[in-house]
Amino acid sequence: MKLLYYPGCTLKTSAKNLEKSAFAIMEALGHEMVEMKDWTCCGVVASLTDDDLMHHLAPLRNLIHVEDEGEDRVATLCDMCCNTLKQTNLRVKEKPDDLETLNLFMDRENDYKGTVKVIHFLEFLRDEVGFDVLKKMVKNPLKGMKIMPYYGCMLLRPRDVSIDDAEEPTILKELLTALGAEVVDNPFKIECCGSYHTIEEKNLVSNRAYRITKFAVDRGSDAIVLSCPLCRFNLDVRGKEAEKIYNNYKQVPVYYYTQLIAVALGLDPKCCGFDDHAVDPILLLKKKGVFEK
Amino acid sequence: MKKQLLKSKEIDAIKFKKGELVAEVEELCGENLFGCYQCGTCSAGCPFIEDMDLGPDEVIRYVVLDRNEVLNSKTIWICASCYTCAERCPRDLNITKIMEALRQIVLRKKIDHTKLVKISKKERESIPQLAFVSLFRKNIG
Repeated sequence: MKLLYYPGCTLKTSAKNLEKSAFAIMEALGHEMVEMKDWTCCGVVASLTDDDLMHHLAPLRNLIHVEDEGEDRVATLCDMCCNTLKQTNLRVKEKPDDLETLNLFMDRENDYKGTVKVIHFLEFLRDEVGFDVLKKMVKNPLKGMKIMPYYGCMLLRPRDVSIDDAEEPTILKELLTALGAEVVDNPFKIECCGSYHTIEEKNLVSNRAYRITKFAVDRGSDAIVLSCPLCRFNLDVRGKEAEKIYNNYKQVPVYYYTQLIAVALGLDPKCCGFDDHAVDPILLLKKKGVFEK
Repeated sequence: MKKQLLKSKEIDAIKFKKGELVAEVEELCGENLFGCYQCGTCSAGCPFIEDMDLGPDEVIRYVVLDRNEVLNSKTIWICASCYTCAERCPRDLNITKIMEALRQIVLRKKIDHTKLVKISKKERESIPQLAFVSLFRKNIG
């Protein structure tokens, strides 16, 4: 199966490991993931004022490029891109007048016909590959690992663009169970990590990371699994910095779900790019005997 | 109760006559602020409530009551648009959009909340891009 892929800025820089591990999984599954030829930044956050159509231009342009490639579906790895593209797609479907205005700005592009479906890579794994298929392919089960799934905001809200139940999501739980890990639930799993405040309000984000992690750690969790590159940075890096604020606090490793799938399927660990993490992710995998090297 | 808010001469200079602020907010976000019955569900679920000077419910009340000092509230900048309040509001108000409208009222007067020069080279090189793009989108007009 061919899957068209929209990367976005961060997947090409600080989240290369997320992209690389996703490509490795697709290869192992026998599917082909193809990067879009012509993509631009999506704008990261969706336009929230009714009169602000300008900020829908970038996401819409990307959707048009998907149509130009003859595809009716595009997958993202970044939660924020997924959310932004989905929200613009929804807006132009609900408000044809807005689409007409936006199309006027597309000097070099064709008009958007509204045929594209935006999906998150997790949705692809759940709905089209199936976690049961992944389960059968597991070579190194994540046995003995107690992991807390963390969803954050952008996968779940607003409800119209959610990939799962907005208040009680289970997609990562199902995935982790299929990979053989034990899941530790956490009421903070759907709470914001602090997002872009990581630039100007570091302590606020460290506090968020502490609160989210501490609950799970106190209940025996060894690690966090998530999907968003910004959540990864905030929980991993700012969480590590929280060690200086809170006594006896130790940040646990933070994994992308793609990394854990790659490990469980026994793929070359190089695709996981574990060097890019603040808290060493390999140590735990070795300790639990998932990783031999 | 008088609350201590941020101080900004630039923002103080933005004047609204009675009823104008709420009309402006409603125009920008498309929500009916008078629909809020002050249950506080938004504040109860807000992950940033501890760092805010006004709760999201108070922000709405300030706007409705023409208390223009709400534009000096830290809350509107601390809100990171996580949509939790909008998801849970029993009156189906999109509070996330209300916060954005208040930010936009300030930003559209050419008053930026983020000062770019304060971001160091080390931060520019270590923090993921998407954080910068969203910060600029939210805090710079």
